[in-house]
Amino acid sequence: MLSRIAESLFWIGRYVERADGTARILDVHLERLNHLPLEEQRSVARELLAVMGAKPQSEDFGLPELLHALAYDKQSASSIAGSLGAARENARRARETVSQSLWESLNTTYYGLNQHRKDVVGTYRFCNWVLERTAMVRGLADTTVSHDESWLFMVLGRSLERADMTARMLSTRDVQSAGMSWVNMLRCAGAYESFIRTRRAAFGDQHAAEFLLLDRLFPRSIVYALRDADECLAKLDPSAQRVGFINDARRIVGQARTFLEFHRTDDLMSELPEHMERVQKAVTQASDAISRKYFNQADEHAWVGEVS
Amino acid sequence: MSDLFQDYSEAAARSGAYDEMFAPGHVARKSYGQVSGALRELSLADVTARADSMARTFLDRGVTFDYAGEERPFPLDIVPRVIPADEWDVLERGVAQRVKALEAFLNDVYGRMAVVTDGVIPRQLVTTSAHFHRAVHGFEPSGGVRVHVSGIDVVRDAAGTFRVLEDNVRVPSGVSYVLENRRAMAKGLPEAFGQQHIRPVEEYPRRLLSALRKTAPAGVDDPTVVVLTPGVFNSAYFEHTLLAGLMGVELVEGRDLICRGNRVYMRTTAGEQRVDVIYKRIDDDFLDPLQFRSDSMLGCPGLVNAARAGGVTIANAVGNGVADDKLVYSYVPDLIRYYLHEEPIIANVDTFRLEEKEAREHVLDRLDELVVKPVDGSGGKGLVIGPDASKEELDALRKRVIADPRGWIAQPVLQLSTVPTLSGDKFGPRHVDLRPFAVNDGDDVWVLPGGLTRVALKEGSLIVNSSQGGGSKDTWVLANSPQMPAEVIPRQSVTVREQVSVWPVESNWRDRQTEQQQ
Repeated sequence: MLSRIAESLFWIGRYVERADGTARILDVHLERLNHLPLEEQRSVARELLAVMGAKPQSEDFGLPELLHALAYDKQSASSIAGSLGAARENARRARETVSQSLWESLNTTYYGLNQHRKDVVGTYRFCNWVLERTAMVRGLADTTVSHDESWLFMVLGRSLERADMTARMLSTRDVQSAGMSWVNMLRCAGAYESFIRTRRAAFGDQHAAEFLLLDRLFPRSIVYALRDADECLAKLDPSAQRVGFINDARRIVGQARTFLEFHRTDDLMSELPEHMERVQKAVTQASDAISRKYFNQADEHAWVGEVS
Repeated sequence: MSDLFQDYSEAAARSGAYDEMFAPGHVARKSYGQVSGALRELSLADVTARADSMARTFLDRGVTFDYAGEERPFPLDIVPRVIPADEWDVLERGVAQRVKALEAFLNDVYGRMAVVTDGVIPRQLVTTSAHFHRAVHGFEPSGGVRVHVSGIDVVRDAAGTFRVLEDNVRVPSGVSYVLENRRAMAKGLPEAFGQQHIRPVEEYPRRLLSALRKTAPAGVDDPTVVVLTPGVFNSAYFEHTLLAGLMGVELVEGRDLICRGNRVYMRTTAGEQRVDVIYKRIDDDFLDPLQFRSDSMLGCPGLVNAARAGGVTIANAVGNGVADDKLVYSYVPDLIRYYLHEEPIIANVDTFRLEEKEAREHVLDRLDELVVKPVDGSGGKGLVIGPDASKEELDALRKRVIADPRGWIAQPVLQLSTVPTLSGDKFGPRHVDLRPFAVNDGDDVWVLPGGLTRVALKEGSLIVNSSQGGGSKDTWVLANSPQMPAEVIPRQSVTVREQVSVWPVESNWRDRQTEQQQ
């Protein structure tokens, strides 16, 4: 398939998952933010934005600005509206490859972005709506696209972004000032019920972090997402290597996954910031490596040019 | 706020009840300051839009009760009921005190009956109670607790004093609405939360689970807890699923359980698994066909014997109904003095015992001024409010009371306190009650801050039961310090880190190579 198309599909996967993750984080934290005194609200809003990888535009940054930056700002790739717009733009460029229903659902989503009140109450509804729409997009992608190379690129993007988003959810722990933060973390990931069922009476920060980071069966845990990404990369690479690796992305994803999966968790809470940083870094590096290998072959062109 | 609260003060004056939000003269009470400020900012369109969205959320989430075979959403009003810290402090102590006294009473009547020997309460009263079960006489349940969960209904009379209306120590329901109401309100009226600290309710499932685990039979290290439901047709089925889900335990029906050798097991895909604690949400009568109704398909034969042998903890214990018999209720202040040597913190509502000849004659003369209730009813079933009843109803009631005086009590009509409630296009005063929930783990009685406030949605109506057109309100207990919760965790900046790196050093030749190339 064309590299350009593959790249579009990869980014559809990433952007849709990013919108989903951001909506989850925003929904849960908005509730907490509303309970804080104004001064604290402002500083927490700032930190939350930093966790999501953006910088405040102006000095005066409070709750309304946070809503704009994370939900409605169409210019920014870290906002929900921006991500969904970018996903739709990518689908438009690969329209002949994605299924009609997938394109339609992305397009409908894009046009629905403006139909929400932009105050706090409206944002709750907006987040809910985004969760529904992204779930629908994922479902259509899984059921109306052949599970061939093109689908693999989409799932690859989705899995990497999911690992990244879960890492950010876990990082928001630092932002929370008033107790019960682990409940929030779990609710962010939609993992609360699953967690409670698995862990029975063992509640607490440490267990919740362990679950979101290392659980082998929960689909939004980092280890699970990285394993998904790893499997996609393995299927995409036709050369069956018996020893070693030639695919940089696989090395990065595989190393991060195995390190986490078999890491002792005694000091998990104090190590958490490092884990999160490294996971996010690994995702970025893997994404770069994938785009070097599959999307732009500028390096190779230069080399060919030298010979002739 | 002006148009939404138009005519409010006249309507409130008409009912003559204590209003929770406004002091006389239409001045918002201090505890309602923030709520009234938030409402003032809203127009009618905002309020109705939010109320609609809250109702839709409830339907989507399946927050329903079953009424005549139909799932209905439980109406939630947008104006919360706010209880200031000092008033809550009294309620909290009063409820805990009552639970302790009822616990002691139950232990006593199913044991030595010292309370009868000492002449505090007539033996006949205990033994004629429909819920006094001889099948559970003479043993202490394992874990030593009988009233794990209770709901003590309190109301505020026209003078503003809290009084206990009834005790529920069998299967008190409604706590799921407390949890769901708070979720919905946090999203429906976020402005009102900001500058004051409202005590959270979300720890209830954890408190309940830890109390249940703590009272497991001796010698069990990691007890298995289950919630026993009558099934999907029960009116409180939603609550059963929610509690089981939030506690992360199995929700079982009677047919999932087997008793063998005085132990209880549940059928699982991995074979039979021992069950140590059963949170029972079935009426005693249906629990065990060996002991009670033999035609019951909802329970499991042998449960009572297993409990007697100490093989399983049943929460709440079988036979608790004798303590919330409404005739026993009239003795609870005496029971508090007898068992705890304390004065009751919250008073009862004045109650006529119809077995006493003088009281009966007095009541029969004034049936049209009083409320008459069956002693073993719940959910407002069979209750007759004198001023609202027709002559035929009163005559029928008179006959039934004369035929069975033990079965009824009478109380004066209380003007329950009112809270503004959205009705059509404005707020009107509607009567409310309050059911605080208490969890007893054997060492300590913990009272959930707040509880379920039920509201009669019809103007002037005093019946708040959901089966009879009642709705609910979120109940906010303000914390003592208006600023922050008790446990303030010191904030750490996102970037600060002293930790030594645990990840392998980043040495990847390939990346470096490409960097060098570029």
